[in-house]
Amino acid sequence: MTRLLTFLAIGLMSLMLFITTSGLPMLFDPNSPAATHVSPRYIEKSREETGSPNFVTAVLADYRGYDTLGETTVIFTAGIAAVLLLRAARKHSDCLPGGDEE
Amino acid sequence: MNRKFGTIILDTAFRYLVPFILVFGMYVLMHGEYSPGGGFQAGALFGIAVVLGRLIQGEEAMLNISGNTAIILAGIGTFIYGFIGVLTMLFNGNFLEYGAFPLNMAEADRHALGILGIEIGVTICVMATIIAIFDALTRREEW
Repeated sequence: MTRLLTFLAIGLMSLMLFITTSGLPMLFDPNSPAATHVSPRYIEKSREETGSPNFVTAVLADYRGYDTLGETTVIFTAGIAAVLLLRAARKHSDCLPGGDEE
Repeated sequence: MNRKFGTIILDTAFRYLVPFILVFGMYVLMHGEYSPGGGFQAGALFGIAVVLGRLIQGEEAMLNISGNTAIILAGIGTFIYGFIGVLTMLFNGNFLEYGAFPLNMAEADRHALGILGIEIGVTICVMATIIAIFDALTRREEW
C-alpha cells in the first residue's frame, strides 16, 4: 500500500515537472526572455561598463559578483568541513572500525 | 635549492615544473580579464605547485604551506573578496560596485582593478583550500 502510494506520488510529481518543463523557452531560442533582455546588454555594454574584453569575466566578476562571492564562500566552507572531518577521524581513529591497527 | 631529494628524475622534474606552474598561475590570474581563466583556475595551479612539492619532498618541502596556515589563508582570501565589496559601500557605492573607488582613472579601469582584487581573493582561497585538504589527507603524526 505504502509502495503504491510512493509510486503514485513520484508519478504525479514527474508529470507536473514534465508539464512545467514543456512551458520553458527552448534552449538557444533567440526570442526567449534571457536572450532578448540580458544577453544583448552584456554583449553591447560589458566592454565600456566593466573594462573587460571577456564577457565571461565581466559577468562572473562584475555583473554577478555577488554570486561569485557565494561560490568562494562555498569552497571555503567545504574545505573547512573536509579538514575538520578528516582531523576528527584521525584523532578518534580508535572509534572507527579497524582504525587502531597501525 | 641545493639539497638533493628523491631520485634524480623526481628531482629534475620538480625543479623544472614548479617554476613554470607558478609563472603560468600568475599569468592566468593577471590575464584573467582578457582570456579564459581567472581566480579559480589560478588558485588550482598554485595549489598544485605546493602539493607537488609536498608529494616529492614530504613535510620539509622547500615550498611548503602548513595545514593550519592554509586554513588561515583560505579565510583571508574569502575576507579579501567580502572586504572589497564592503569597501565600495564605504565610498557610497553598492556592494561590489567597483566604479565607486575614488581613484583618478577611467570608470572601466576602476572596474578592472576591482575585478583583479576579487580574483586575488578567490585565488588565495582556492589555493589554500586545496593545500588544507591535501594536508589533512596525508598528515602522518597524531593531532
